[in-house]
Amino acid sequence: MFKPLQSLLRPIFLRLESGVDWLVGPGANPLYHLGALTFFFFWIVAATGLYLFIPYETSVATVYQSVEKITHEQWYFSGVMRSLHRYGSDAMVVTTMVHLTREFAFDRFSGARWFAWITGVPLLAFLFTSGITGYWLVWDMLAQYLAVGSLEWVDWFGIFGESTARNFLFRGFLTDRFFTLLIFIHIFVPLFLLIVMFVHIIRISRPGVNPPKLLAWGTFLMLLALSFVFPATSHGPADLGVEPAVLNLDWFYMFLYPVFDNWGPAKLWALVAVVAVALFVMPWLQFKKRPAAAEVHLDQCNGCTRCTLDCPFGAVVMINRTDGRPFAREAKVDPDICTACGICVGSCPTSTPFRSAAQLATGIDLPGLPLVALKEKVVAAMDRLNGGPATVIVFGCEHGVDAASLEGEGVASVTVPCTGMIPPPFVDFILSDGGADGVLLTGCRPGDCFHRLGPRWTDARMTGAREPALRDRVPRERVRTAWASPDQPNKLKAEMAAFRADLAALEASAVAPPKKEAAHA
Amino acid sequence: MLDFGFLKTVRPRHFLGQALIYLGTAAFIAWLSAHPTYTRLAPDQGVLKLSLTHAGQRAEPCHERTPEELAKLPPNMRAKMSCSRARLPVTLEMDLNGKTIFRETAAPAGLSKDGNSRFYHRYVLPAGAHRLAVRLRDGRGPAFDYTAERDVIVQPGKIMVIDFINDKGQFIFLGV
Repeated sequence: MFKPLQSLLRPIFLRLESGVDWLVGPGANPLYHLGALTFFFFWIVAATGLYLFIPYETSVATVYQSVEKITHEQWYFSGVMRSLHRYGSDAMVVTTMVHLTREFAFDRFSGARWFAWITGVPLLAFLFTSGITGYWLVWDMLAQYLAVGSLEWVDWFGIFGESTARNFLFRGFLTDRFFTLLIFIHIFVPLFLLIVMFVHIIRISRPGVNPPKLLAWGTFLMLLALSFVFPATSHGPADLGVEPAVLNLDWFYMFLYPVFDNWGPAKLWALVAVVAVALFVMPWLQFKKRPAAAEVHLDQCNGCTRCTLDCPFGAVVMINRTDGRPFAREAKVDPDICTACGICVGSCPTSTPFRSAAQLATGIDLPGLPLVALKEKVVAAMDRLNGGPATVIVFGCEHGVDAASLEGEGVASVTVPCTGMIPPPFVDFILSDGGADGVLLTGCRPGDCFHRLGPRWTDARMTGAREPALRDRVPRERVRTAWASPDQPNKLKAEMAAFRADLAALEASAVAPPKKEAAHA
Repeated sequence: MLDFGFLKTVRPRHFLGQALIYLGTAAFIAWLSAHPTYTRLAPDQGVLKLSLTHAGQRAEPCHERTPEELAKLPPNMRAKMSCSRARLPVTLEMDLNGKTIFRETAAPAGLSKDGNSRFYHRYVLPAGAHRLAVRLRDGRGPAFDYTAERDVIVQPGKIMVIDFINDKGQFIFLGV
């Protein structure tokens, strides 16, 4: 249903990510850490807000002057804190909206991800309410415009006995209690925002809530420099006898106010309601058949916990043993959360092809691509290799460059849901059995993995940094990982060419493993 | 203790790239946080707000309870007068320079229809002299119970308010 729009957005994001990768390096690409950056900006806004609360006065007569003092008298500190508070909030909107659009573009909002998506909807409401109420606190002409406009909008419902906008009807109508109330709102709404942010990521294993240091320092210094160069200032003081006429809106937060001026409250409520409902129901409008969730085979499971540790969505949990076997724990899959990526299969120490077909079983398996079928695909790929120097088996995923596009003389491919599904013994199996001269594992870029952790775990397993690790006997120079997004087929082809050239050089130096004829059959 | 060891792993090109990215992002944030300017009122316009809250008369008149009716009530509730809570709707009209530009009947607020009827409307008017007439009906009769008429000068950029003081039963014109 959303494919046309996704097809439009996806190449834009992929090219943008590639460009930013080249510019700043994948480790500091903000597009891969949008959620973490949102958390980071929240903490900046929270810390500066706590400071600003101290000199802020809540009397209607002095509130504006207190903000002016904050801004101008101690511009080099308090003024900078105010600017950081504002620009940090703006940056939050930027990262949130790009994050939302990106997750939509890459189809990461339905299936098991519905929960993160729909908890993001109230998050938007809390974010905008936090920002708008913050602008009220300044009590300048902009604040007056926002206060009157917001309450006229809310009053359309008629849920309050009196019209709340009448509190701002004319000079003398507003009392000191308003700002006391407002500051409570401006503290508690962001607190709710923070709670919902944590709920938003609760179903994700190892969520990124802290950006890489380079990115954190870079964005912080960016906001700091911005605060010095363009310090946040106020409009003239609010005057309920004067209509705010010319305003410098913060368009990140206030884009709906001109719409309100032109459409009136009813149409704007209708628009907001339609957008909110559409966002809420989007995960169920995909009409895609969800792949069957992973299944635990207790006769093979010894409760080692690796699948639990590696699952990117926390879909595998350990529970007390139910089958009487002499192990304390066993794995259990929550099918509602499982994305059927197969990373658990790759993490299971029993996922090994070094068994006969009759014995081939694993502790946790994908019904859509069981271990037996995976071995068959690998064996078929090895059979397809039609000789030539530097033969390579490529493991690819369903979301990166199509691995089949690399097939040709001396190259055969196997595609799995996520490259993290490949158990290291399969690489061992191919190389020690003489099935190929090298194994290339490819898939989405690490910051862009559809299943979040595929490249990370694959790299760690192949380098021996994470269990199950590739065995020591496997020559590492014959195993390579090359991550590329779907718009980088040429990059992958170049990686493949370089890998095969290296393999050919190895052959030439006569350290190639002895080839066996059809030993894998 | 701050650890800047991570900087050793960054290529010089990436520092330059980061600077470019942050510069672009900062410019985007700085610009959109205050630009483009939004003009919502022309220099020769002012604003009139017609806003009041007023309770209509009782939907049913009060009546004195008979001794029999009083006897049926619990001792602590034996008030002599019985009055229904519900109020009548209120009708408000306003003429600008002899032409009726507002006419609305507002129902009383509350589930029991016992609250105030309320009105809140904002008009952008050309600055200058205008003649305003307002009329309010809160009872059953066809005639308006309260009226006011006044020549006003709308000041550019200023707000004028028409309100109703319930205690005094009269309209007020603020900011005239």
